[in-house]
Amino acid sequence: MTDNRFFNRSEFIGILLLAVFLVVVLPLTLDVFRLNLVAKYLTYAFVALGLVVCWGYGGILSLGQGVFFGLGGYCMAMFLKLEASSVENTKIQSTPGIPDFMDWNQITSLPLFWKPFSSLTFTIAAIILVPGIFAWIIGTAMFKRRVGGTYFAIITQAVAAILTILIVGQQGYTGGINGMTDLRTLKGWDIRPDHAKVVLYFFEVGCLFVCIMIAQFVRHSKLGRILVAMREKEDRVRFSGYSVANFKIFAFCIAAVFAAIGGAMFALNVGFMSPSFVGIVPSIEMVIYTAVGGRLSILGAVYGTLLVNFAKTSLSETFPELWLFGLGGLFIAVVLAFPNGLAGIWGDYVQPRIDRLIPSRKPKPEGWTDSSVADGAPAE
Amino acid sequence: MSDEPNKGLLSPLRRKLLMGMAALPAITMLPKASFAQAPATSAVNTTGLAVTDTEVTVGILHSATGTMAISETGSIEAEKLAIEQINAMGGVLGRKIKFIQEDGASDWPTFAEKAKKLLVNDKVAAIMGCWTSASRKAVLPVMEQYNGMLYYPTFYEGLEQSKNVIYTGQEATQQILAGLNWIAKEKGAKSFFFVGSDYIWPRTSNKIARKHVENVLKGKVVGEEYYPLGNTQFNSVINKIKLTKPDVIFTDVVGGSNVAFYKQLKAAGIDLSKQALLTISVTEDEIDGIGGENIAGAYACMKYFQSLDNPNNKTFVPAFKKMWGEKTVIGDVTQAAYLGPWLWKLTVEKAGSFDVDKIAAASPGVEFKGAPEGYVRIHENHHLWSKTRVGRAKLDGQFELIFETADLVEPDPFPKGYQ
Repeated sequence: MTDNRFFNRSEFIGILLLAVFLVVVLPLTLDVFRLNLVAKYLTYAFVALGLVVCWGYGGILSLGQGVFFGLGGYCMAMFLKLEASSVENTKIQSTPGIPDFMDWNQITSLPLFWKPFSSLTFTIAAIILVPGIFAWIIGTAMFKRRVGGTYFAIITQAVAAILTILIVGQQGYTGGINGMTDLRTLKGWDIRPDHAKVVLYFFEVGCLFVCIMIAQFVRHSKLGRILVAMREKEDRVRFSGYSVANFKIFAFCIAAVFAAIGGAMFALNVGFMSPSFVGIVPSIEMVIYTAVGGRLSILGAVYGTLLVNFAKTSLSETFPELWLFGLGGLFIAVVLAFPNGLAGIWGDYVQPRIDRLIPSRKPKPEGWTDSSVADGAPAE
Repeated sequence: MSDEPNKGLLSPLRRKLLMGMAALPAITMLPKASFAQAPATSAVNTTGLAVTDTEVTVGILHSATGTMAISETGSIEAEKLAIEQINAMGGVLGRKIKFIQEDGASDWPTFAEKAKKLLVNDKVAAIMGCWTSASRKAVLPVMEQYNGMLYYPTFYEGLEQSKNVIYTGQEATQQILAGLNWIAKEKGAKSFFFVGSDYIWPRTSNKIARKHVENVLKGKVVGEEYYPLGNTQFNSVINKIKLTKPDVIFTDVVGGSNVAFYKQLKAAGIDLSKQALLTISVTEDEIDGIGGENIAGAYACMKYFQSLDNPNNKTFVPAFKKMWGEKTVIGDVTQAAYLGPWLWKLTVEKAGSFDVDKIAAASPGVEFKGAPEGYVRIHENHHLWSKTRVGRAKLDGQFELIFETADLVEPDPFPKGYQ
């Protein structure tokens, strides 16, 4: 139990660097439009962070994190949509005061399950609890029956597919394939103008660090050790008297709640929620972010998400017709050459050199921050 | 990550260089007088759009990748053709049109992100783009917030009207009602069976069609079925159709599902030369995938067919094929996309300015006599007055024009009695 702290020294430096990068470097160098894009990317970092806990440590690969991202996002979007659908905003509708897509689908009064979402407190509770409880149900049903590995991954995919079909099919209640668009204000505060985007960005970064701290705590606690032990030799842990299923359920729930917070942040920052984040493809993309960052590295998950999404944006801006090939090439290269992702590159190549250069206890000179952080993530 | 700001600096520079090189021959050829004719940039651009003395930048925003690419490619091609033709005629207010193309990747939030990028970063004067209703709904708040101008080409469900959008396709009542009237009169149709993909456009279109069938035509809707986008199993609905024996099958199945739907209809022994089928979602583009032999005999109701016999279309079709290849086909939406840059040019010239507010105000009444579909005019509600036509699919994948309305049909995005 000597290591039972939040972090050791190199981790502390890594987190500090990430903080400097996100709080100082990016806001100073990017305009509001690009900063808002970073905010959008970071919403996926929550999911990637959850996957590090659940997949990296616990060895439970979930290919359905989009489900929880979507649940969190839809909870938030429902609150925002209700606020945007005030009677005066919607007076051209046949039934003013309900969201526009309900009106298009001949629904004439607000459905019962929508009503509580006019309260922000309820919404925040729902963002955490709905996905948490849902993950607990799936987890209990699966892990108590000792379903794991590939089977579990396939079942999570099925859940993602089912939820997408449900959302698309019930378009009168959910907005269907269009999703919920045109979200405007949060408790009367307009979320669309530039200054609001900046505030939301910093709020999101704050939440991200809270989640990073929770992940760090899990990692360094006894719980984290059991998770890793379980990943390596599940039977031994079980025979030692631990309830393996409960630990797995816990890791899965944590990942779900992180993803849901990400989804809620997405709805706030982008002003939009749609079933295209819930399905199988986005769920797999989220796993790719984690893989690129290095699935064992908490900070790697954040950097991986940022890198992949930056690549996606800039490739698609430069080569609108060919960019998918570039992106595909990037993934193949990472998986073939660097199976441990960015964190692996950092740990294998960059860290040793720095250690050699700076033998003393002062580990980082100034100027190191901007250039090298971009290339790789501080290892653990 | 740190190369992001660099990229922001680099790419406009590179773009400018390229532009400069491209414009060089044109500039040297132009007589000096043409500079004098072009009004000063400060006068025609008071809101900081990407307009210089020689150029104006617009955006093209469609899916070049993903499931919608097959449909949207035609729109991209049509818009590029229109821009090239306009430039060959001297451009807009003496300025050549330059375009920045972005990929919406068949993903609605990406559309919103790219629209914002075009407006905020590139300061484009107008955007030609979007295809599905979902992408338009995602982009609309961005257009309104940053005061952009969108030319939207697809026939769509209506229930929308914005200062910042010109709808160059037909809205639902414009497209559907004339077709239903025609088939009721011509075929004596009384019973209808609706089949659609499950999203807002088919649902709203069928709602309008149902009200029209029941209240105006005094007929009956004997079935209404929806399938998810991309669905390929239509056996159960085909059985229901066989049981109910409707006079008309009315379909708005979209995209790839069409291939399965028409093949399975044929395999089930439903002969479209005997069973009337009216579709509002199959254009020449879709028939390319379905195969003419599987759909021959079906009726389609929209505003444009490639086979239209008028002087405008006779120059448009060869020009399109010359630019994009002999094998390309031109569907309704492709033609509507072609109208976008032209209507924008005509509106800018009418307003004498690139400012979005002035264009929005000047749009009503703008008429385009050179449209391949014939004459069109922008309505006060930013939709187009246009004729509605019924065509019959032939074996070679083209439509034979059967019927067209005598007059232009008024666009009515918020139809009374149909909601």
